[in-house]
Parts: sequence; structure tokens; C-alpha cells
Amino acid sequence: MTDFILHLADNALVLGHRNSEWTGHGPILEQDIALSNIALDLIGQSRNLYQYAAELMGNGATEDSLAYLRGPEEYKNALLVEQPNGHWGKTILRQFLFSAYQFPLYEFLSQHPDERLVGIAKKSIKEVTYHLRWSSEWVIRLGQGTEVSNEKMKDAVKELWPFTDDLLLHAESEVKGKWQKRVDEVLNMAALEVPKDVEMIRGGRDGQHTEHLYKMLEEMQYLQRTYPGVEW
Amino acid sequence: MTENEKILSLLNSVPDPEVPVLTVTDLGIVREVNIISPEKSVEIVITPTYSGCPAMDVIAMNIKMVLMKNGYRDVIITKVLSPAWTTDWMTEGAKQKLKAYGIAPPGNTRQTDRDVLFGEPAKVQCPQCNSYNTVLISEFGSTACKALYKCENCGEPFDYFKCH
Repeated sequence: MTDFILHLADNALVLGHRNSEWTGHGPILEQDIALSNIALDLIGQSRNLYQYAAELMGNGATEDSLAYLRGPEEYKNALLVEQPNGHWGKTILRQFLFSAYQFPLYEFLSQHPDERLVGIAKKSIKEVTYHLRWSSEWVIRLGQGTEVSNEKMKDAVKELWPFTDDLLLHAESEVKGKWQKRVDEVLNMAALEVPKDVEMIRGGRDGQHTEHLYKMLEEMQYLQRTYPGVEW
Repeated sequence: MTENEKILSLLNSVPDPEVPVLTVTDLGIVREVNIISPEKSVEIVITPTYSGCPAMDVIAMNIKMVLMKNGYRDVIITKVLSPAWTTDWMTEGAKQKLKAYGIAPPGNTRQTDRDVLFGEPAKVQCPQCNSYNTVLISEFGSTACKALYKCENCGEPFDYFKCH
């Protein structure tokens, strides 16, 4: 149970952190703000999940120790969310593939026997509705946009698709089905092909990460590692 | 006035740090007031608007300060997530205040629920000229709880407090 909550929390934190790297660098002000808002929602969700995990773990664990003092091998996030931002289209596609999973997942968790998890899921799903809509619309806009934007989206699909199996590895069949349906629908509208027979890369939940997570955590955890316990 | 009402009226003087025209009770953030020991110790249960709302810590501190100034020595702030906050908990008076401040107030969540993909955005009234001839610029605005709109009638851009 704790492992599962950490997986949810790590997904939200890592993607939230990645998105926050766009703050001040977005292509236009409104979309810079949009992505920063999504980052904030995700980091907020991760805090709620880490707080719960810390309570279950005891032994002095806190939301901060879980975020800042675990090494990459202890992180249980999906490989997809740790992938670098790349260009705007790749960031959008990463968000879309993730939100298309997070939405049915939180729907499913809203019926979970654990009340705390239900509370977090019902709270978060309201936010994820916006993320899914925003990223779906952008995938279609870029896919249908110009020849250049379509090419860039095709490249992004090619780069990120190998991580989709890892994202859905432990998902219930109901969640997987909804993810597949949404992704087929949106990619189709975006004039993008759903790849077939791609070699998949797995291991996020077991702590086998790509090098990108190492670099990300190195930066994110730098302050707490260098000055343990420091506060603003 | 009962002690509970007295505390609530004190809390009604605590503004939201991001939308200062509203108080924490206007927003429906305060869920419960539990008196542990009369005139000394009290627990205030609050709920965040959005998971990542950065104003929550400031709100918790401001509530504490107001109550301590009024003689409560022991103020416990408890945060809960369930049931999830909704703009339906915002009072009518609060919606009027928002509009006068230049922010379009949220409608009823049932009316404005829209489909995840390409649903029609809510028809929002311009807080300046009252026209419904407005367009959505971005669903993400200056804070997590607001979207950005523009009025096609008077030309003013404005914030819309999203239905949630």
C-alpha cells in the first residue's frame, strides 16, 4: 500500500518538477502560466500523497524526507514523467499521455476502500480534468497545425511511446482501457499514428530509472543534501 | 451570540491572501469550528481550494493570529481534503463582492460542467459591462482558481473565478 502511494506521489512530483522547468520559458505568457499552474496542482497532489505515505511509514518520515532524501533507486515513478522536456510539443504529449492515465486512475481510486486515498483522488480529479482537456486540445492543435508542428509531434510520439507500457504496467484493465480509448481518439484527431510493435522500456516502479531522473534529483535535492534540514 | 458564532465572525475578518476582497468564510474554506475548552482552546478545520494552493499556509497562520489576538491561547488548525472544496460553497454575498472587484464569479457547478474534450466553455458575464459576448483566453489564470477571459463588447480582459 505504501509503495503504491509513493508511486502515485513520485509520478506527481517528478512531472510537476519537470513542468515547472518551463516557468518563465513558455512559448507565450498564457501557456507559460498554464503549465506552471499544472505544475502547482501536481506538486500539491504529491504533497497530499507524501503526507499520507509518511504517516503510514512512521519512523520520522515526513513529506520532505520522502521528496528530498530518497535516492533515484528509491523513486517509484513511471519512466515517462522523468523524460526531459524537449520541445514544447514533447512536453505537451508527455502531459497528455500522463493525464490520460491519471484521470481514469483517480476515477478508479474514488471507489477505493481506503478513505484517505478517496479524499485525495476526489480532490485531484477536478484538477486533472483541466490538465487532460488542455493537453488533449494542444496535441490536436499541434498535430493538425503546420507541417513542421506535425513532424515534431510525430517525433515526440516516437520518443515517448516506448515508455507507455511502463506507465500502465500495474494499472487495472478498466484504467488501461480508458487510457487506450482516449489516446486513440486524440492521436487520431491530431493526424498522428498510434505506434505498433514498439520495443518497450520498463522498470520505473522498481527503481530502474533512466539517467534523466538522476540529473533531475541532483538539482532538486541539492539544497537539502548540502545543508541538511535547512529551512527558508 | 454563541461562542461558535463569535469565532466565525472573527474568521470573517480574515481575507484570502490572493483574492483579498473575499474572506476565508466567504470562500467556504472553513469547514468546522470545534471548541475544545471555552475561550481558550479551539480547533479550526479548513480545506484547500486546489491541492497546490500556495495560500493555505498563510491562511492557517492568519486564522491563528486573529484568534490569538482575541484571547485564544491554543489554536489548532486541521486541514482536510474530504469532501473536496467546491465553488458551490461560496456565499451569494461573496459572488457579489467578487463581481464588484472585477472578477467574474463562478456559476453553479452543475450548469457549467463540460465534457473533458472540447465541451463548450461556460458563458461568462463580463464584470465590467455585463455583456455575455466574452471569450475564453486561457483556462489557467493568475492563480489556480481563475481563468482568463476577454470581453468582446467592451474589450476588457478579466479574470473568471472557475467553477470547481
